[in-house]
Parts: sequence; C-alpha cells; structure tokens
Amino acid sequence: MKRLEVRSLAVDLGPSRALQGIDLSLEPGCLTALIGPNGAGKTTLLRAMAGLVRPSAGEVALNGTPIARMPASERARAIAYLPQGGGVAWPLPVAKVVALGRLPFGERPEELPAKGREAVEAALRAVALEGFESRPATSLSGGERARMLLARALATQAPVLLADEPVAALDPRHQLIVLEVLKARARAGATVVAILHDLNLAARFADRIVLLDQGKVEVSGLPETVLTEAHLGSSFGIRARVTREEAGLLVLAQGPLPDP
Amino acid sequence: MTGALCPRRVSCSIEGATKTPLMSLARSPLIPGLIVLVAGLCLASLVVGPAPIAILTALKALVSDQGAASIVVREIRLPRTLLALMIGWVFGLSGAGLQGLLRNPLADTAVFGAPQAAAFGAVLVIYSGLIGTLSWALPFAAIAGALLSIALVVAVAGKNATIVVLVLAGLAVGSLAGAGTSLAISLSPNPFAVTEIVFWLLGSFEDRSMVHVLLAAPFILFASLLILKASSGLRALALGEETARSLGTDVARLRGLIVAGAAIGTGASVAVAGSIGFVGLVAPHLVRPFVGYDPARTLVPAGLAGAALLLAADCTVRLIPSGAEVKVGVLTALIGVPFFLWVIARRKAELVETPA
Repeated sequence: MKRLEVRSLAVDLGPSRALQGIDLSLEPGCLTALIGPNGAGKTTLLRAMAGLVRPSAGEVALNGTPIARMPASERARAIAYLPQGGGVAWPLPVAKVVALGRLPFGERPEELPAKGREAVEAALRAVALEGFESRPATSLSGGERARMLLARALATQAPVLLADEPVAALDPRHQLIVLEVLKARARAGATVVAILHDLNLAARFADRIVLLDQGKVEVSGLPETVLTEAHLGSSFGIRARVTREEAGLLVLAQGPLPDP
Repeated sequence: MTGALCPRRVSCSIEGATKTPLMSLARSPLIPGLIVLVAGLCLASLVVGPAPIAILTALKALVSDQGAASIVVREIRLPRTLLALMIGWVFGLSGAGLQGLLRNPLADTAVFGAPQAAAFGAVLVIYSGLIGTLSWALPFAAIAGALLSIALVVAVAGKNATIVVLVLAGLAVGSLAGAGTSLAISLSPNPFAVTEIVFWLLGSFEDRSMVHVLLAAPFILFASLLILKASSGLRALALGEETARSLGTDVARLRGLIVAGAAIGTGASVAVAGSIGFVGLVAPHLVRPFVGYDPARTLVPAGLAGAALLLAADCTVRLIPSGAEVKVGVLTALIGVPFFLWVIARRKAELVETPA
C-alpha cells in the first residue's frame, strides 16, 4: 500500500512551463482518472510521477520518500508505468514481452523464478491473453497489443500503476476490459492513475478525477464534483449536459464554445 | 502454474522444473554450432591460398617448424585469419548492438558513416607523413573519426529521429568524411602516401602481420566488453525508451556503451584493415530468428556470424582467379549492398513511420 504524493510540483519542458503548483495525494485502493484538454500537461504529470522527468520545483514522494532519491531499480519495482501507444520493436513472443515487467527484480525473461512466472501468468490472465504466450508480439491486433503492454506493466505487481491513455484507440469492449483490470488492481490495494479522454468512462470507472488545465489542477475530487457543466465549459471549452443516470453520471457534449 | 508459459513442453516433468520455450532456447545448439563453423573457417583460412598446404601440414606448421609451410601459415595466413576473426566478430557485435539500441534492423556503423569517418581520421594521420600505417596513433585517429561521426549523426538526428533522418544524416556525415579523404589524397605532395592511402582504403587483410593483430586486438576486446555490458538493457529497450527507463534501465548509459563500443571497434578495425562494410548489417539478420528476436541474445551469435562471414569472404577473395587479389572490402560491399536493399524493400512500409 503506497500513497503517492505530489508536492508543489513544477516541470519545465524546454523554455516553457508545463506544470505549476501541482499538489495531489493519490490514495492506495483508488483508481484516479487524470483528465484535461490537449496540452494540459497530463502526460508530463504522469511522467513526473513515474520519475521520468526532473521537476523544476517540488517533488513526488512515495510513502514520504521522494522518488528522485530512490535507486532506479527500487523505483521501478514500486511504480509501473505504461506509456501511451507503445509498441514492441522486435517480434518477441508475448510471454517474453510481459516477462520484461520482471526486469526490475533482476529476473531474466528466459529464467524466471516461480514468483516471476506466476506474476506473468496472472498478468496474462487478467488481460485475457492466455494462449497468446508464444505469438510474436508484432503479429497482434491493436487491442491485443494494448492488452499485452498492460500485462507487461501488471507483471511488475507494483503498488503504483500509472497508465497514459490505456484505452485510446481501443474498441468499446476492450476499453471496458482494460478499465476493469485497472479498477481490479486498485481494489487489490494498488494506487492506480490513468489518463482518460473519454469523460463518460472516467465518470463510470474513476474513484477520483483530477482535471488538469494549462499545467494546473483546475479541480480534483469525486466525479460529480469535477464533471460539472461549468468545469467542462471553462477547461474543455465545450457546452455539455451532465445528467445523473442510474449507472452514474452521463456527460453529453453538445458543441464547442466560441473562443474566449 | 508453469503450463501456460510452456506450450511447447513435450514431456511431463516435475512441477517447478519445467522449462519455458525461452529457456529451451538457451540450450539450442546455435552458439556451439556457430563456434564450430567459425573454427572450420579459421582452418580453411590457414589452408586456402596460392601455395597449397594440406590441413594437417597447416596445423603442424602452427606449432612446429615445417620449413616453408610454417612461414606461409604463421607469417602470412595466421594474421589474416586472426584479423578476419576479430574484425568480423566486432562488426557483427556492433551491428547487433546498434540495431538493438535504435530498435531498427537497418542500423549499422556503415549507415552512420563511421567507417568513412574512421578512414578519414586515419588518412589525416597518414597524410601528415609522420606516421606509417603501423603506428599506435592510427587506431586512435580512426576511433576518434568514428566516434565523431556517430556523435554527429545522433546529434543531428535527435533523440526520436526516424530511420529516414538517421540514414540521411549518416549519408551526409559519410560523404563529408569521404570528401575529406579525397581532399587529402588530391592535395598529397607525397605519391607514396597516396598509394598507401588508396590501397588501404579498399579494405583488405592482404599483407598484414601480427603487428596489425596486436594493434587492433586490445581495442576490439575493449569494444566487445562495452557492447556486451549493455546486453541486458537492450531487452527493456525493445519496449521503447520511456518504458525501458520506467523499468529501471539507464538508457543514457546504454547508449554510451554501445555507441562507444561500436566506434572503438570500427575505428580499430578500419585502422588495420581499411574499409570493410556491411558485415554488421548482415550478421544480426542471419541469427535473429534463432534467438527468438531477443536483442540481448542476438549479440554473441551475431558476432560469431560476422566472424564467419568475414573469414568466408577472405577465403573467397583468395580463390577468385584474378591478377591481383580482389579486396575483401569490395566483396563484402558487393554482397552487403544488395542485402541492404532487400531488407529495405521488405520493410519499407514500416520504415516510413518507425521512430528509431
């Protein structure tokens, strides 16, 4: 159980400030959705949480320990990161790609110990890719590849899982499968953060939502606190109707607002 | 719990002692097979040539005095054999390392213009007239040239360059180095230096001595260690730089190891044997299917395949009936360039968009 804390974080990308004054506390057991318009800094924030970009100010801490001070392998065991739209360069067998998630433990894919093998199998089962073990990774469809890469991140069994647009370019069925996997990881005690563009999926699956706009946290909290017509108007520039249905919130985007 | 990971398991075995298909690969006869092949070609390289020497005589001549045969085998053929072995090895290893680093099957030191730049570095030294082709300064100059070219290509192309950008940058750097070499040749006041440069540029193991072997060996050994040290990181890199870093891989260190290893290996090789291209491009392709396309496990077999290729090429040039011996660098280019074109033709669809 690890709490991920972001304290007064600022990140500069080149000359421009990408993030400023970010304060967040991400709880174990929660699936947090990171939403915001293009260029809001979502990916930068997720990369900073994974320790992949150096903050210009502030820090990211895991149970009180700044991740910048953790050795790379320890950080890799604690935080699994799934980048957006990743691929595999070589036609490696699927089982081997997923087994790469065990590298932070020093486990080599061709001689996984029992614990590593179990983690790989559990990850493949979670994303419904049993039977794909010896298929070349490059022969998979888009949906299968996304699930394989998610399995790779799951195989680390890290207490923190960060996923950048894990359901982008997936069909509705696979979107639901992947989000259910993320939710299950959260329910099992992990701290899960996912960048989502589909506001309805965010409303339906996220325990908490963080709305990022122009490098700052506009609002964060429960879905009904964040997904309001006013916030969607000011941050996304859309006219939207938010209604409460039996299954949860329903966001109906009606049209773009004129440029302010 | 191992069943799902080992679909190819043939016989029932005790739980926990089962092998994944990947583990069984570790016992595949690829590396021993390649070693036998390389050893056979080494032997052939001692036997083949204008003076016919039987295999047994050649072996005896290595260890005991067999008169003329000993002179031919020890003084003329053994240096060639050792150079082809070492240089083929380091070219194959560098090619596999660079292809793994850039996640692209078309990467090779030749594509970066490194051999041309190494040649230019060496030519500058020879041109100065102070140093002959048998000096310790030569490998250093060649290595500096190779390092400079690879660094220049990587700097110009940037971090997320596509292969198109990389190849274009490599082409430009290689052409620049080639122009520099041509300039040095055309301005040279010393006709002996010109002849020396031109012949050496063609790439050959002809008339090399043990001094050449000793000149290159330490650098090639060092380069091999650098590249092999990077091997496990190449696996994580198959998933891209971001993922590799998130898995705890120090990508900058990995890049440094492979680029330095490739440049040192290329520089030292060019310094003693001139320009020999395309071995590093071809060798990894030949072995990759046998190691399940694992970039880390491609390294050693690719090195051995490179050694086999170059030994075979060097034997072949001695067998081609011609007045003067065909230069081995010419032969590897004649075989390697069509292969390069074939790989491009086969993979052109993905080459358009794959970031390197």
